[in-house]
Amino acid sequence: MENMDDTSGSSFEDMGEIHQRLKDEEENPEPDQEPDQEPDQEFLGMKGLKGQLGRQVADEVWEAGKRQASKAFNLYANIDILRPYFDVEPAQVRTRLLESLIPVRMISFPQKVAGELYGPLMLVFTLVAILLQGMKTSNTEIIGGTLMGTAIGTCFGYWLCVSGLVYFLAYLVNAQITMLQTLSLLGYGLFGHCIVLFVTYNIHFHFLFFFLWVLVGGLSTLRMVLVLVSRTVGQTPRLVLCGTVSALHLLFLLYLHFSYHRIVQGLMETLEHGNHMEPMQPVPERIAVPEGIADQILG
Amino acid sequence: MADDASRPFAGLADVSISEDIAVEGDISVPVGTSRRDDELSTLDEPVKDTVLRDLRAVGNKFVHVLYPKRSSALLRDWDLWGPLLLCVTLALLLQGGAGDSQDQGGPQFAEVFVIVWVGSFVITLNSKLLGGTISFFQSLCVLGYCIMPLTVALVVCRLVLFLANNSISFAVRLLVVGASFGWSTFASTAFLVDSQPPNRKALVVYPVFLFYFVIGWIILTFSP
Repeated sequence: MENMDDTSGSSFEDMGEIHQRLKDEEENPEPDQEPDQEPDQEFLGMKGLKGQLGRQVADEVWEAGKRQASKAFNLYANIDILRPYFDVEPAQVRTRLLESLIPVRMISFPQKVAGELYGPLMLVFTLVAILLQGMKTSNTEIIGGTLMGTAIGTCFGYWLCVSGLVYFLAYLVNAQITMLQTLSLLGYGLFGHCIVLFVTYNIHFHFLFFFLWVLVGGLSTLRMVLVLVSRTVGQTPRLVLCGTVSALHLLFLLYLHFSYHRIVQGLMETLEHGNHMEPMQPVPERIAVPEGIADQILG
Repeated sequence: MADDASRPFAGLADVSISEDIAVEGDISVPVGTSRRDDELSTLDEPVKDTVLRDLRAVGNKFVHVLYPKRSSALLRDWDLWGPLLLCVTLALLLQGGAGDSQDQGGPQFAEVFVIVWVGSFVITLNSKLLGGTISFFQSLCVLGYCIMPLTVALVVCRLVLFLANNSISFAVRLLVVGASFGWSTFASTAFLVDSQPPNRKALVVYPVFLFYFVIGWIILTFSP
C-alpha cells in the first residue's frame, strides 16, 4: 500500500525490524542458548577486552533504543489500524454526502454501507463548528463548562453513543451491520443536521426550521432507516431498530436547534413587541438571590 | 606539544593488555583545533547568542508565513517556539471577555490552548492517515506558525473595539478576521499539501479550514 510509505522518522523502525528479524533467526534454531550466553558475556567482559565489552555496550544501547522504538512502533501501529478507514478520494466523499439525503429504492437485499471514517469525522467536526457559531450568536452561557467542550461533548457523544446503541440493538435483533458501518451511517446522517442548523442559526424563523426538519431531517432518516431495513429480517426487529434510529436522529436535531435558539427567540420577540417585554435571562438561577442575603450584602 | 594536544590518550600506550586482544591503532580525537574551538563555543557561548539565534530562526519562519510560497524552510528546521508564543499571545489577548466575572463571554486561557493544540493534533493525525509523508512535529510547527495572521487580526480587532463598538466596527472586524483567516489557510496549505498524495489535497485542506474558522470565529465574537 502506498499509504504505508511514511518515511518520516522511520529510521529506528527499520532498525527495529532488522534487529527483530535477526533476533528471530537467532532465537528460532537455538532457543536454549540465550540464558547461557549472558553470564558468559559478563564474565568475559570483566576479564578483559575481548571485543565483548564493546559489543555489550552496543547491545545495551541497542536494547534501550529498541525499547523506545517498540513503543513508538506501537504508536504507529495504532495509527495503521485506522489507516484503511481513511482511504478515500474527495469524489467519493462528495458522492456519499449527497447520497446520505437520497433514500435507497431497493430493500430486498442488503444495501452497501461505506465503511470509512473520514466523512463522518469531518461531519462531526463541522457540526461542532456550526454549534459553536450558533452558541456564540445566541450568547449562550454555559456555567461549569466551556462552549467548546459542550459542543464537542454533545456531537461526539451523540455520534459514538448512538452508534453504539444502534449496533447493540442490531446485534440483538440479528441485523447484518458492523460497528464501523453503524458509525459511518450515523455519521453521514449528520450531514442533514449540518445543513439544517447552518441555515436556521442564521435565518431565524420557526416555520423554516420545522419545514427543514421534516424535509432534510426526514430524508436522511429515511435513508438510514431503509438501509437498516434492507439488512434486517422480521417486522418487529425492523420496527425496533428503525424506530430507535429515527427517534434519536430527529430528536437530536430538535434538541440542537432549541437548546441554543431560545435566547435569540427572546431577543427577537423583544424587538418585535417593543420594550415592554423582558428578554429572557439565559440562566435565571444566577440572579435568584434570596432577599435576606441581598439585604445583608447591600447593608 | 602539538602531538600531545592532538593525542590525549597517548599516555596510555604503555598499559599492558593481554595478547589475544584485537585492539589496534590509536584512539585519537579526530578533530582539528579550529573545530574543537567551534564545539566549545556552542557550549560556552553567551546565552544572548543562543537566544538571538533562536529568535532569528523564529523570525525567519514568521517571514515565510507572511509571504507564503512553496518552500521547505518551515518543514526543514521545525521548532515549536513560534506556535507557543502565538498561542500564549492569543490566549492572553482573549482574556477579559464581556459580562460578569465568572462569565464565559471570553474563552478561558486553557480553552484556547486546548483548541489550538488538540486541533493541530487532530489535523496532523488526519493528514498522516490520509497518506501524508510529513512528520508529526513538522505539521504542528506549520499549523502553529500559520496562526500568526489570526493573532495579528486579534490585535487589530482589540484596537478597533477600543475605539468603537458599533456595526461599522463589526464590519471592519469581520473584514480583517476574514482576510486573515483566508491568509492562514492559504499559508498552511502552501506548506502542507506538498507532502500529500496529489488527489487528496482537498481532504487535508478541509480540516485546516475548519480549524482556522473556529479560531477566527472566537476572535470575531470576542468583546471586552
